[in-house]
Order: sequence, then C-alpha cells, then structure tokens
Amino acid sequence: MSETVKGDARREIMGRVRERLGVRGDEVGRRGRVQSRIRNAVANIIPERAKVGKSERIKLFQSMLETSGAEVSRVRTYKALPEVIAALLRDNNLPSRVRIGDDPIFAAFRAEPGLVEILSGPAQGDDLVSVSRAFSAAAETGTMFLISGKDNPSTLNFLPENHIVIIAADDIAGAYEESWAKIRSDFGAGKMPRTVNLISGPSRTADIEQTIVMGAHGPRKLFVLIAGG
Amino acid sequence: MHPTSINFKENAARALADPELQRALGNVKTGFIVKRSKARAALPEFDALRTASKDIKNHVIENLDLYLEEYEKKVIASGGFVHWARDAAEAREIIIKLCQAEGAKSVTKGKSMVSEEIGLNEALEAAGIEAVETDLGEYIIQLRHEAPSHIIAPAVHLNRSQIEDDFRAIHKDLPAGRDLSNVSELVGEARAILRDKFLKAAVGITGANFLIAETGSSVIVTNEGNGDLTQLLPRVHIVIASIEKVVPTLEDASTILRVLARSATGQEMSTYTTFSTGPRRDGDPDGPQAYHVVLLDNGRTEMLGTEFQDMLRCIRCGACLNHCPVYAAVGGHAYGWVYPGPMGAVLTPQLIGIHEGAHLPNASSFCGRCQSVCPMEIPLPKMMRHWRERDFQQKSAASFPKLALRGWAFFALRPKLYRLAAGIGTRVMAAVAGRRRRFSYLPLATSWTKYRDFPAPAPRSFQSLWQERERKMHRNV
Repeated sequence: MSETVKGDARREIMGRVRERLGVRGDEVGRRGRVQSRIRNAVANIIPERAKVGKSERIKLFQSMLETSGAEVSRVRTYKALPEVIAALLRDNNLPSRVRIGDDPIFAAFRAEPGLVEILSGPAQGDDLVSVSRAFSAAAETGTMFLISGKDNPSTLNFLPENHIVIIAADDIAGAYEESWAKIRSDFGAGKMPRTVNLISGPSRTADIEQTIVMGAHGPRKLFVLIAGG
Repeated sequence: MHPTSINFKENAARALADPELQRALGNVKTGFIVKRSKARAALPEFDALRTASKDIKNHVIENLDLYLEEYEKKVIASGGFVHWARDAAEAREIIIKLCQAEGAKSVTKGKSMVSEEIGLNEALEAAGIEAVETDLGEYIIQLRHEAPSHIIAPAVHLNRSQIEDDFRAIHKDLPAGRDLSNVSELVGEARAILRDKFLKAAVGITGANFLIAETGSSVIVTNEGNGDLTQLLPRVHIVIASIEKVVPTLEDASTILRVLARSATGQEMSTYTTFSTGPRRDGDPDGPQAYHVVLLDNGRTEMLGTEFQDMLRCIRCGACLNHCPVYAAVGGHAYGWVYPGPMGAVLTPQLIGIHEGAHLPNASSFCGRCQSVCPMEIPLPKMMRHWRERDFQQKSAASFPKLALRGWAFFALRPKLYRLAAGIGTRVMAAVAGRRRRFSYLPLATSWTKYRDFPAPAPRSFQSLWQERERKMHRNV
C-alpha cells in the first residue's frame, strides 16, 4: 500500500466526519476543550463501595477475588515469600520450580536458592508456575494491575497453569482511578507501560452451554498473597 | 460472509423448527438475564454510571475528528503505526500486506466482531495465511464454518454433544477412545491444541473494546486470556477497530468498564482487561516488536448526523440480544449476518443496505426491553422504526402495505364514508361471530388466527354509544 493511498483514506474519513458533524477542526476553543479534557482526566462516578478504610478495603478485595475463584492468603513480609511459596507449591502438589522476573521483592528467592528452583526470563509454553508482583489493585472488583517489563514479564501472567501474584497491602486501593493516578506519577502524564493487565481472577470460559470452566487459555489457578498489614 | 438477512422469515422458520437450537437457546434465557440483574442490584451507582457512560460517548462522537487525531498522535509517539481503512476491502488489504511483509504463515486472532464484519478470515485464507480463532467459542464456530450467533458468546447456539462430535471429526491425531463427556474435557483439548498455535503464530490480530486518546492504548476485555496470548506472543500485533471506539481518558474507559461486564455476562469485572500501548520497550523480555492499528470507517461516518448516530455509542455487550424475545426464539443465525438481535437490527441495514436488511427492524415485538437494559441507553426501538420508515418510503407504490394504507387513507379522509363502511363492517363481523364474539378463523388474518382467536368487534361503536348518551342527557335537562 502506497503512502498516497493511506493519506487519501485518512483525509477522506476525516473529511466525512467533519462534513457530517458540520465542523472544520479549527474552530476557536474546540481543540483546546478536547485537549484539556484529556489532560485533566477527571474521574466520573466512583462507587461508594470503593471509598472505605484500609481494612475494609482489603476484605472487599479478598472477597471479590475469592468469588471469581482465586485463592487469597496473607504473608507478613517479602522475606517470608520463598518459604510461603514453597509450602503453597507442596500443598497444591506442584513441583518446586517457579518462573519469576527481576522485581526486587524476589531477592529473597535468589538469596535462598535451595528452597525453590528459579527460572528467569519470559514464560514458556510448558511452565507450570509463575510468580509476579502486582503494581496496584482496586478493591471494588478485586482487580489487580500488573505492568510489563523485565521485573514482571507479561507472559508470566498468561502462559503458566498456575499464577501466584504478590500484592502489598498498601498498594490495594479502592477504585480503578487510583491506579491510573499511580501510573501517571510513575511513568509521566499520557504515558503507559507497554502492557497493563487488569486481572480479576483465574482464566475462565463459559462458551460451551454457559458452563463455567476455569483455565481456558490462561492460568487455571490464581493464588494471591497479600503482603504486609 | 454473504448476508442472508433478506431470507429472515425462512431462516426464522427453520430456527423455530430446530430442536438442537431451541435446546441451546434455553441457556440464553436463564443465564445472562439473571446474572445481569444480580450484578446491577449489587452496584447502586449502576444507572448513574450508564448515564455517565452515555455522556462520554456522546461527547466523543461530537468531537470525533479531534479525538481521532489525538489518539493517532499518541500511538505514533509510543512507536506504533496507524492505518486508515475506508471500507472492509481496504482493511483486509492493509492487514494482509502487513502479514505478508512479516512472512506470516499463521496468525492467531482474538475475538473481534469487526474482523467478522470485514470477513478477514476468508481473505487471510485466500492469501494462503492460516487464521486461527483462539476464543473458545470462535474456535468452535470456525471449525464448523459458521458465523457467530451471539456477539459475546459466539457458539451459544450449540450443545456440548455437537461440539464433541466436531472435535472428534477434526482433532484426528488424538486417541479415538478419549473421554470428552464433560465440558471441562472439551475446554482442555482446545487449550492444548491452541497453545501450540499461539507459540507458532507470527502475527496476532485483536479487536479493541476501547482506544484511549490520552495514551494511544488499545484495550481488550476477555475471560479466557486468549486475547492476551494473541497480542503478547507473536512478533507483530495488529489491532483492528472501528473509529467510534475512541474514548478520551483512562478514567472514561474505567467508567464504561463498570457497566460493560455487568451488562454482558453479569460479572463484576471480566477476568482480563488489558491496555496495550505500542511495541515492546527497551529491556522488555516479551511483547510484540511491532504494533499496528487499523482504524476502520465502513459506514460509521454515514451514521453521523443522522437518526442512527446514537448507535455509535454501542459497546457490543450483548445485553439487548439476551433480553430480546425474538432473539431468544430464533437465535442469532436467523438474522443472516454478523450482528444479530436488536443492535443488529439497527446496524445491519446500515452496513449491508436496507434492501438486504429490511426484515431485521421488523423482527421485533417493540417491547422495549433492549433499550431498557442498554448500558449506553441507545433508543433501539426508535431506530428500528426509522429503518421501517425508510424501507416503506423505498417500497414501490404497488406494494401491498402501500396499497392497503392508501385504501385506508381514502376512507379516513372522508369521515362520513368511514363511519358508514366501519358500521357495516362491524355489524357484519359481530353477526357472523355470534354469541362467542370471537373468530377462530378469519380470511386475510390467518397468521393471527392460526395461534389465537381474533376478537369480534363490539356490535356498536363507541362513537354511536356516545352520541346516544349525549342525546339522552339533552332530553333529561
């Protein structure tokens, strides 16, 4: 496809939009209003359930995730992770081998190599277990925000059959909007990590006779560990 | 896909007589409706969020030119490419060229109604590129060479045993004696087969639930995770989306997300909602190396500024299908093209022409449930009426409805003649009906009397009773 054809399609579609709307695109104030609406990114309606105190928020987060079929438990510190995860693997009859990214919270795994075998890099098609850290969460629907990069590669969220996600209790907010604010402050206004995954449970399908089955393509099991108090 | 909407009446008659289909449709009537109603009840702000969502979309539509420009700028700034397609053929051509440039032999696909609309799979196959649908429902109907019968549950017209038969017929490399008697075994088999396809594909094609002007992100919403493996694993990610998918900010997308899953499946939130922005960054261990967005018009701009503009708010949740008594009776295939149910009755005539699609806006009881459950408050019945008006205007003067109406108008414009004729008519009908005061057979109305009796008119009209009453009162004064 030549550049001219491409340019023509764009010009023609834009022309039709403007003709139909009866606008030119250079009206005084119109573009400014659109750009300031984007720049200011004001929240609309936040559900009341998202506006609760910390302990209620964590309770809501946990119960929402459990309703979707995730298993949620607490862990006191990141240091305890290798031991807690080794026990979790044992209890679920899983091999003691996990894929993790470079996130600093996994330092304890590398310090104690005997407890759990570590795989690094992007996930492979036959991985059984991966561990990721969630960037933030919204209690309103038990939704965790995971962001791409070498610390927590996105393939870890989808390829392995079992996914363990660590979320700091302090990172559990009420509403989705709080995570966008956090992403803007970390990455800059108008910028996003390559991938932001909002995860609210294990993979599921209801495509056959509306029967819900877990583990359609992503993880069959989702374990969530809330770290700290 | 060649539309058969023009044969709606025959399609519907066949659907009503299909016992397998009728059994499968039973699942729609119960599951979706109950779950949506529970999810709505659990969120007191639900109706306020609907109105807020509607306002967001209206604002975008009124400023669509500028939001598209802002969105395009952000995609380019994040390292992605934007392609514009006026129609289906142009979109297919762009995508095929991108696949060919990559030397792709196999592409995976996330579920996308726009891809169905432009007939992408057939075009890819014709170009020698294997197109693999990865959503379980889409995978099943692709095996059967069928179109989706529902916009969020493509295989809702099928029963488990039919799918078992298909898997046995097509997955020939697997042992014949394997157990597939449970839904979970069918899901497991599809998972294993598709896992291999995911890892081999050179290009992944997804649709988009939203495009974010603020960040240049495309957003997909799934429960299976197939869309994510589609856009994450191959070297190239292509997004195909129609121009009205753009929203201003992440906050706006969040507002609409709060009504989307609840309206669609009755979930509080779908399992996976993913925001993708450009290709992989420096140091990223995974993600696509190239990111393309194909922005499709294909009739959308023609809806702007018309009585169908509100339809551009549609977020494809499927609530109108789930609550439609006609859809529940005949299923999606009877509608004869990609978009079924009330939203299809409005969209299809726009996209394939009113001549082909004229039956669809008539396939409605006008009960209004579609509008009452629509998270975008789209006046679907009103728009179906607009299509009926347009269809009527285009009909030749010799068509039966036009002749009949002209006959009625002749009498209606001559009140004395009208009363005389109506008086004779009602008296004759009342006399023939006798003491039963109903007809179980009436010439010219047999499609009514086939299923129910037709009430006989009262022996005297309201007007004549009223006049008599007036006369009596006058005498008594």
